[in-house]
Amino acid sequence: MDDHLNVVELKGISKQFPGVLANDQVDFSLRSGEIHALLGENGAGKSTLVNILTGLYRPDKGTIRVEGEYVDLRSPRDAINYGIGMVHQHFMLVPTQTVTENILLGLDEPRFNMNLSHYDQIISDLGEQYGLQVDPRARIWQLSVGEQQRVEILKMLYRGANVLIMDEPTAVLAPQEIQELFTTLRSMIAEGKSIIFISHKLDEVMAIADRITVLRKGKLSAEGLLTKEITKHDLAREMVGRDVLFRLNKVEQTPGDIVLAVEGLKALNNKGIQALRGLSLHVAAGEIVGLAGVAGNGQTELAEAITGLRPITEGKVVVHGQVLIEGNMSGQRRSRHVRQVIDAGVSHIPEDRTHVGTAPNLSITDNLIMKGYRQPPIAKGWSIDSLSANTQAETLREAYDIIVPTVETPARLLSGGNLQRLILAREISCEPKLMIAMQPTRGLDVGAIETVQRLLLQQRENGAAILLISEELEELISLSDRIYVIYEGEIMGEVMEADSETIGLMMTGTRQKDLVATRKVSR
Amino acid sequence: MRTILSLFAEYLGGTRFRLRMEPRMKQPGWLGLIVSLGAVTFALVLGGIVLMLVGGDPIRAYVFMAMAAFGNIGVFSDTLVKATPLILVSLAAVVAFRMRLWNIGAEGQFYLGAFGASLIVLTPILPPETSPWLMIPAMMVMGMLAGALWGFIPGYLKAKYNVNEIISTLMMNYIAVAWNNYFIFDVWSEGGFQMSRQFPKTAWLPRLTDYAAQVPMFRGLTIHLGFVIAMIAAGVVWWILYRSRWGYEIRLIGDNPRAARYAGINIVRNTILVMMLSGALAGLGGMLEISGVVHRLQGAISSGYGFTGIIIAWLAKLNPILVVPISILFGGLLLAGREIQPSGIPMLIQGIILVCLIGSDFLFRNRIRLVRVGQEA
Repeated sequence: MDDHLNVVELKGISKQFPGVLANDQVDFSLRSGEIHALLGENGAGKSTLVNILTGLYRPDKGTIRVEGEYVDLRSPRDAINYGIGMVHQHFMLVPTQTVTENILLGLDEPRFNMNLSHYDQIISDLGEQYGLQVDPRARIWQLSVGEQQRVEILKMLYRGANVLIMDEPTAVLAPQEIQELFTTLRSMIAEGKSIIFISHKLDEVMAIADRITVLRKGKLSAEGLLTKEITKHDLAREMVGRDVLFRLNKVEQTPGDIVLAVEGLKALNNKGIQALRGLSLHVAAGEIVGLAGVAGNGQTELAEAITGLRPITEGKVVVHGQVLIEGNMSGQRRSRHVRQVIDAGVSHIPEDRTHVGTAPNLSITDNLIMKGYRQPPIAKGWSIDSLSANTQAETLREAYDIIVPTVETPARLLSGGNLQRLILAREISCEPKLMIAMQPTRGLDVGAIETVQRLLLQQRENGAAILLISEELEELISLSDRIYVIYEGEIMGEVMEADSETIGLMMTGTRQKDLVATRKVSR
Repeated sequence: MRTILSLFAEYLGGTRFRLRMEPRMKQPGWLGLIVSLGAVTFALVLGGIVLMLVGGDPIRAYVFMAMAAFGNIGVFSDTLVKATPLILVSLAAVVAFRMRLWNIGAEGQFYLGAFGASLIVLTPILPPETSPWLMIPAMMVMGMLAGALWGFIPGYLKAKYNVNEIISTLMMNYIAVAWNNYFIFDVWSEGGFQMSRQFPKTAWLPRLTDYAAQVPMFRGLTIHLGFVIAMIAAGVVWWILYRSRWGYEIRLIGDNPRAARYAGINIVRNTILVMMLSGALAGLGGMLEISGVVHRLQGAISSGYGFTGIIIAWLAKLNPILVVPISILFGGLLLAGREIQPSGIPMLIQGIILVCLIGSDFLFRNRIRLVRVGQEA
């Protein structure tokens, strides 16, 4: 292969972390104007490899060539000087600053006098050019996860990145947004940029990549496969080293009594804008009800409102016939609502597992008792029975296959999949009557996704009512008994026999009744 | 840091090796002890160099200081007396810092605790002939209440109106000192001196020397019951933080308030309660100091204990049990320092030890390895 065709070439990269060899003799090359996917399970070493390429880590062994020249990348600044920019899976943004401020952060221009409105315009134009609309004056904390990602991409485009590394970019996006992203990526390729696309979603990789490199346990499993010449099943095998089951075993069962009834719910979002506009839905025992929708249409607010974390302005949340939350209770203390909801047997798998679902520096045990510490056997009067807490933690560690040296290990050392297993262990072990699962498989590898989905189905068989909020249509369709579609804080419709076209239409704001009407007309 | 280390390594062993650092996955307890001891040793060497530069004999100075603080049972008793208020203000800091409430008002809470205890004796709420069995507990309760009140105010402001507790607790230190001054300059002033009259013996904490008649070797030992109370307090704080449901809530809020909210924990109430507990501990320290040592209310009952407590809490890595030995060490330093020079060199050495201890934390969290250059490239 002709060397100068490669914009980036990594040879024999090894990187050792305490206790794990994250990269072992990995080769990788990126040709000019291609999308090269880097595929692998969580912990396969994908992130480490690209962190080396962006100068965040330095390799123990191996060489890096950019445009044929050997380079020594000591920092992300070095990397961007060589035109290598990365959009991280975990965003590196300052929440209290505006979009423009974040994009300009660390640059030499503007120097002292920040003419922000001037730059606001530039960024606004840049966004429009690539179809990445975002309000340049908005503060980061006010933005949805999807919008924050756009800021990250804009940041790199603004810095003139030639090679763009996308670390699991679709993990946070809704189907429509993914299509937009793909369009953006293709147009960037057309302009001669090159893209490294990290993912563990086979469909996406097949759809967008020209070539695919697969990592498994830090080692190269397959290098530079041409997408046209392989199948999804081949890829899955390369990735996990065994054949993966794509079909789930779902038992036929009739739903029982209604467990959750949400009636006319209205609530504001963090910006103080109406996020839920009189939303109603219900979930019965023994069924999984999916909630489909493009990110930022009120899903987060709904999950928070049901679990008592977000005050509601109107409507009510009824669990097992008991009104838990009402619109006129805003004056009361919110923590009590959360406790009441927990006590009513509602468990919650939060969207943000590191910032909401766990406490990073507390031990596995402390994280596992987060919901149960008020009740016996963990609680003993005013004290916590550390013996029974530890016993329970050990049992859950075994049962849910949480891979840690000891239950004393702080949660921050856990990988994404392990962290989610910890949260699931905690939320399922309290035998919930109702589960609110928000994006439970996001960012997980194939094996972990299988575990999570199996656990959810098992809960369904045990008679729990499950509200599954997800942006992965395929997952929703394969798991759910019914699917609601949310758009701008309202339910557009409900489908039993899910087909992605109908859902897709409703996700973009068409009401179900209008949908039926148009069909009739066309007949 | 990395470049300095690698330069150092190159200087030592040519260019074949370089030092690399990586985070430690495990941080065993014994390692912390070894690293801390190493840091103190290093600091003493540095301090020794300073002592030599000013013309002193470092070995003699250190031996002298060690003897002055720990040399015999008499001075060791004095060291423990010094350590007593330090333990309590440090515990006050530990409790608040665990929840990431930056209470730097232990100084003021300490003063107010002394004032609260004095109220019992000087108002007088209880007559002088009251049994010590009632007098002492009443003073403790009043001291803790007064300290808790001084914690409640910034705690409430923080919880309800998000007033920065660093500023409010800092400012309330000055109010507390001025408040005490008003009483010792005017209301309770004895013959125009800036101090109250001496407390009746019933308001004194028992000291070992009080029992010299029965046990002759206790003669001159000023250590008082307060030290025992301080150790009990350390045990209680440990129990609260690591064994109680409340302590679990404190630690959870401190580590991740959003997770605490998600678990249904009342952050507002805990903010107020923790500030009150913190204030009560510092207030107890103030009470023990006037009841066990000075036996009257006066100015300057604290030589900045409240601030030293912050440092001790940090060095103890917010572990209430570790607070005790570190406070004793600091008590010794305070005492021995005065023996060689009222200020100056001893404070300087104290400062060097502090910087080294804080810096050593880096070695505790990271591992430094020597690697061949060839392995890297």
